[in-house]
Amino acid sequence: MSFNPACLKNENLGKLVWPLVALFAIVVFNVIFTPGFFNLEIKDGRLFGSLIDILNRGAPVMLVSIGMTVVYATGGIDLSVGAVIAIAGAVAATIIRPDYVKGVIEYGEMAPLVTVIGVPLLLALLAGLWNGALVAYVGIQPIIATLILMVAGRGIAQLITEGKIVVFIHEPFQFIGGGFLLGLPVPIVIVAVMLLVTYLLTRKTALGLFIEAVGANPKASQYMGIRAQLIKIATYMFCALCAGIAGLIICSDIKAADANNAGLFLELDAIAAVIIGGTMWGGRFTVAGSMIGALIIQTLTTTILTRGIAPEVTLVFKALVIICVALIQSEAFRKILTGRLAKTEAGQS
Amino acid sequence: MKHVMKTALKVFALTVAALLVAGAAMAKDKIVVGFSQIGAESAWRVANTESIVSEAKKRPNIELKFSDAQQKQENQIKALRNFIAQGVDVIAFSPVVETGWTPVLKEAKKAGIPVILSDRAVDTEDDTLWVTFMGSDFVEEGRRAANWLADNYDKVKRPDKSSDVINVVELQGTVGSAPAIDRKNGFEEVMKGHPAFKTIKSQSGDFTRSKGKEVMEAFLKAEGDKIDVLYAHNDDMAIGAIQAIEEFGLKPGKDIIIVSVDAVRGAFEAMIEGKLNCTVECSPLLGPQLFDAVEDLAAGKTLPKRIVTKEGVFPADVAAKELPNRKY
Repeated sequence: MSFNPACLKNENLGKLVWPLVALFAIVVFNVIFTPGFFNLEIKDGRLFGSLIDILNRGAPVMLVSIGMTVVYATGGIDLSVGAVIAIAGAVAATIIRPDYVKGVIEYGEMAPLVTVIGVPLLLALLAGLWNGALVAYVGIQPIIATLILMVAGRGIAQLITEGKIVVFIHEPFQFIGGGFLLGLPVPIVIVAVMLLVTYLLTRKTALGLFIEAVGANPKASQYMGIRAQLIKIATYMFCALCAGIAGLIICSDIKAADANNAGLFLELDAIAAVIIGGTMWGGRFTVAGSMIGALIIQTLTTTILTRGIAPEVTLVFKALVIICVALIQSEAFRKILTGRLAKTEAGQS
Repeated sequence: MKHVMKTALKVFALTVAALLVAGAAMAKDKIVVGFSQIGAESAWRVANTESIVSEAKKRPNIELKFSDAQQKQENQIKALRNFIAQGVDVIAFSPVVETGWTPVLKEAKKAGIPVILSDRAVDTEDDTLWVTFMGSDFVEEGRRAANWLADNYDKVKRPDKSSDVINVVELQGTVGSAPAIDRKNGFEEVMKGHPAFKTIKSQSGDFTRSKGKEVMEAFLKAEGDKIDVLYAHNDDMAIGAIQAIEEFGLKPGKDIIIVSVDAVRGAFEAMIEGKLNCTVECSPLLGPQLFDAVEDLAAGKTLPKRIVTKEGVFPADVAAKELPNRKY
């Protein structure tokens, strides 16, 4: 595939314009009304400021929306990511402190980092395999297939921690959620790496095209010789892996596994991010768009928190902004709007 | 052969009769309490159950019939009907929801069995259907947090900070939940009398660590060193906020004075490290009080309509001594 800037401009950048406009609008609002929003300092060799907070706090949603984007492009959806987040955190914390739920305060031998990270991620992949198999081979609708794990998964996580919050201290593991690399919080670096990997896999190989083909027309792609079922399973596993990593970040950040609340409703944020970003359900996808979508959501949250909007109206406010973003993105809505404007202008002249 | 049978029957009948009498005599000694628990949805609830079951074992005059409703009202109503049919002496329960209890409570009243509500109230017009409601007073918890601050702020504050203008930030619980509303109101009520304390920011942290941390981070970015006091509606949010404060480069418990509610074990660990200043107890350990009330009832005493759980306020200096006693 040759690099073609003109094609890129038309296809991909064109899609990104509106989400970017929305993000830009929120940022401009903050420039004017929130003093110090753009202050970036370097404290002990670390970048520090609201903008970094947005990226850092937005990392879990960004990660999950990378996975959600590819699943969405195959014409699927994954509701179970929040539950996978809870499971990953619960397993990691339980490996660090196996007897905590039985009331043992002592740690015992310190678990090696490889196990603490590896086992939860393997389980996440297993969860993805389950989702993917239900969708691709059993033929259950994605929304129902993943609903199963969304409900059961949180229950499993609660079983693991017995409903308690498992707190722990584990220096190497804490680095994932709270450490700094090159002056940046590690979660941001992880997101960047995952983005790069996804970009290379989907845009530098034919995989991206396969995914879009499967989403646009599974039958036709099957006849073309694409193994649609395998592709679907792979996307669900990838999505679950992203959720697993997000779970480790969240768990490591607060140095505790909270199976009741970790990742709760995060699937909704991720789906919103994907849709705001302009990925089509079954077809063309843009991971960059999803990132902008995730950033819009997180910038909004941070804005609400720093500006001090009453908590009772926070959700309504969020909903309003997201409706506006979704509307200006909709071509049909823009046509109606410009049509009206043209009409009134014509009427006036 | 017939003779043998007859004798055997007689012996059997006599034994049964004797057992029955003995059983009745035993039952007379013991107060039978039927307790219907909501379920085991949180660590707080598990501690609550544990307290009731273990306290019943400690008291020789109490026989506890325990039933777990698994978060379902129908199970709980079934359990209450069973208790009535068995003719227990006292029924106690934590209602899973507020409404829909009138018919079954009427049945209990008709059977002459007093009902005690544990830690949650019911919504019924006829309040003669239950004897007493025992549990925490969330408004009072808010007041206690405020009172501790008003009395002790000068002692614990950083020396260079003013005591005329004190900026408070608040981490609220889940929007609309009873503890969040009441703890906010109780706190504000007392603070009206102390105009130096000014709440400059108040947001919901959903009672969770991660939200508490995220919200505190935003507060710090907006207000920075201007924040003097943090009031968190539960310990978990306070613990999350402590991490945010440390990452911001301030010292929690010194640069920012922190008061929270619940008194869970984690809060005591934080206080021993000097990162939390005070926690107000919201105790799930209702067992002793419950059975005190039951014994009072059996002795023919009238109970007050509202029994507020005995709860303490734990400042940091008693933390090390108190930690081993914490059960939740």
